[in-house]
Amino acid sequence: MVIAALAFYLFAGVAVASALMVTLSRNPVHSVLWLILTFFSAAGLFVIMGAEFVAMLLVIVYVGAVMVLFLFVVMMMDVDFAELKSGMTKYIRIGTLLGIVLLVELVTAIGIWAFPEGALDMRQAVTPAPGDVENTVAIGQLLYTKYVYLFQTAGLILLVAMIGAIVLTMRHRKDVKRQNIIEQIYRDADTAIELKDLESGQGL
Amino acid sequence: MLSNDIYVILPELVIVGVAIAALMFGVYSRREQGGNVLTFMALFFVGMGFWVAYRPPVGDTAFDGMFINDGFARFAKVAILWSGAAVLLLARPYLTRLKLLKYEFPVLVALATVGMMMMVSAGDMIALYMGLELQSLALYVIAAFNRDSLKSSEAGLKYFVLGALSSGLLLYGASLVYGFAGTTGFAGISQVITDNGMSMGILFGLVFMAAGIAFKVSAAPFHMWTPDVYEGSPTPVTAFFASAPKVAAMVMLTRLLYDAFGDAMHDWRQLLAILSLASMFIGAVAAIGQTNIKRLMAYSSIGHMGFALMGLAAGNQMGVQYMLIYMSIYVTTNIGVFAFILNMERDGQPVTDIKALGQLSKIQPGRALALAVLMFSLAGIPPLVGFFAKFYVLSAAVDAGLTWLAVAGVIASVIGAFYYLRIVYLMYFGEDADTLNGRMPMLHMAFLGVSAAIMVLGIVNMFGIEGMAASAAASLLN
Repeated sequence: MVIAALAFYLFAGVAVASALMVTLSRNPVHSVLWLILTFFSAAGLFVIMGAEFVAMLLVIVYVGAVMVLFLFVVMMMDVDFAELKSGMTKYIRIGTLLGIVLLVELVTAIGIWAFPEGALDMRQAVTPAPGDVENTVAIGQLLYTKYVYLFQTAGLILLVAMIGAIVLTMRHRKDVKRQNIIEQIYRDADTAIELKDLESGQGL
Repeated sequence: MLSNDIYVILPELVIVGVAIAALMFGVYSRREQGGNVLTFMALFFVGMGFWVAYRPPVGDTAFDGMFINDGFARFAKVAILWSGAAVLLLARPYLTRLKLLKYEFPVLVALATVGMMMMVSAGDMIALYMGLELQSLALYVIAAFNRDSLKSSEAGLKYFVLGALSSGLLLYGASLVYGFAGTTGFAGISQVITDNGMSMGILFGLVFMAAGIAFKVSAAPFHMWTPDVYEGSPTPVTAFFASAPKVAAMVMLTRLLYDAFGDAMHDWRQLLAILSLASMFIGAVAAIGQTNIKRLMAYSSIGHMGFALMGLAAGNQMGVQYMLIYMSIYVTTNIGVFAFILNMERDGQPVTDIKALGQLSKIQPGRALALAVLMFSLAGIPPLVGFFAKFYVLSAAVDAGLTWLAVAGVIASVIGAFYYLRIVYLMYFGEDADTLNGRMPMLHMAFLGVSAAIMVLGIVNMFGIEGMAASAAASLLN
């Protein structure tokens, strides 16, 4: 138990500290790297909770794919972050004020925090008991049986996103030479070679 | 079990299948098939509307209550499908003229329609959100459909950013409700509230969810996106925004409030009353300075949403019924008005300035008369149908003890009448303008004429919509 507690504080501490560094570091590439550390720590927290599948997903999808993509975008786009941040100083006062108001509201709300009886049981009733199945199996069971309707809808949303991206950005460029494989295959000596009579002493 | 569920959601599945088939057809056919796909989709929607309306009763719920197919949902689905069909039919000439007639347009509209049908049937917060997101994402894309126009791109981007913000608010609220109630199902939430009363967490969640949905129905003070998006989007898309999605979001809000938070009516009624009050006044006052007819219609839609919310704020079956009637009438009127706006052009260029309507009655008396009738109806002037729509929600509010709201509604309605009547004034007594000289296709004439005729003839018996709305409202509340 002590080790689990220690690990929790380690991961949680690193997560909070690196999240802070994401916003504080001046270099956007450093920010992305700090963000990756945040995700790793969060994955560690998931493992402590026994959700190893979610931890894996977090590492593979977020760190492996999303963050690397992000890094590429940040490095390739020449965005002047210093200029973007200069706008911040203008709004820092009103922003801080709003932040304080929001904080006070949240604290007030937490002050009267009370879960209705049975809410915790109801939340847990949906999922199979962790002892019975591994959590990969449990997620699969829920996703493809109870929530199949929502799962398929998520697929439709992705389809819309794909159609949207294509219809809004794809342009057929007329000035690009494209490879037509069928045309290439059907090319024979008759069409490929052109014979010309040249008079001697003259160029083509 | 699953086969039964699938049987319940068959209409939605068929639309998805047809949309995907149309997409494949468009991708693999050699010529651009936009026009054919569009017309086919419109006729298909009409047929689907009949099917949904006259389908023998199947189960009421599917997927453990995530999908509810009661009379209330069916009423909304028919309204959504038919208004979608009307807008698609109206869209063809305009899109052809602007060279925007791609096959993706009807496909996106069809997928948005599926999203709306899921919204009105949602019996679970996750299902609600998925439907909403399917709808919104497709709408963001078609808002920016004229991608070479700066305004259209701006409209799409603005809609996307603010829509994402509102989705965030909605999700934050939903997660609070889930945390405190322990379930995402409407029935479960309602059970928890009945047993334990309204906890502060659930109330917080409810407020956030209501704010998120208010964005979608463009109720003040969450209306800022509406004028810009309406102005920038291609006009057929604006017509679509002003019809089916409004019905879907309104009906979704109603189901959420009654099914999940029915016992907390005391809490949300004041919320809706304030949204309604703000929308009616902003819709009425802010429109006065507008000269662009699409922005005018945006403010008009904000105001009308205020009146529809007034019906909901009444918090009884009568209120729900009158809200449905109000929305149906609003959508019918809107389709007629947009049939007119789509054909406002001079020398082939679309015109949106209302000054161009000057003395229209001299040149095109029929069109001017029809638009005048529609404007009178939107303003709520007796004896047109629009008056009865307003009268009903006002009476529902008075019955429910919200007399102050009803009085404010009457005042807002009088202020709002100014800009509707200004259009009529311009057409009949305004200064001579460079007149509109576009030719109106027969189909558009028909839509404009029929819509205006409904506003006049509907006063006899409202074409029986009262009875249908009543049974729909009854099916929600029982």
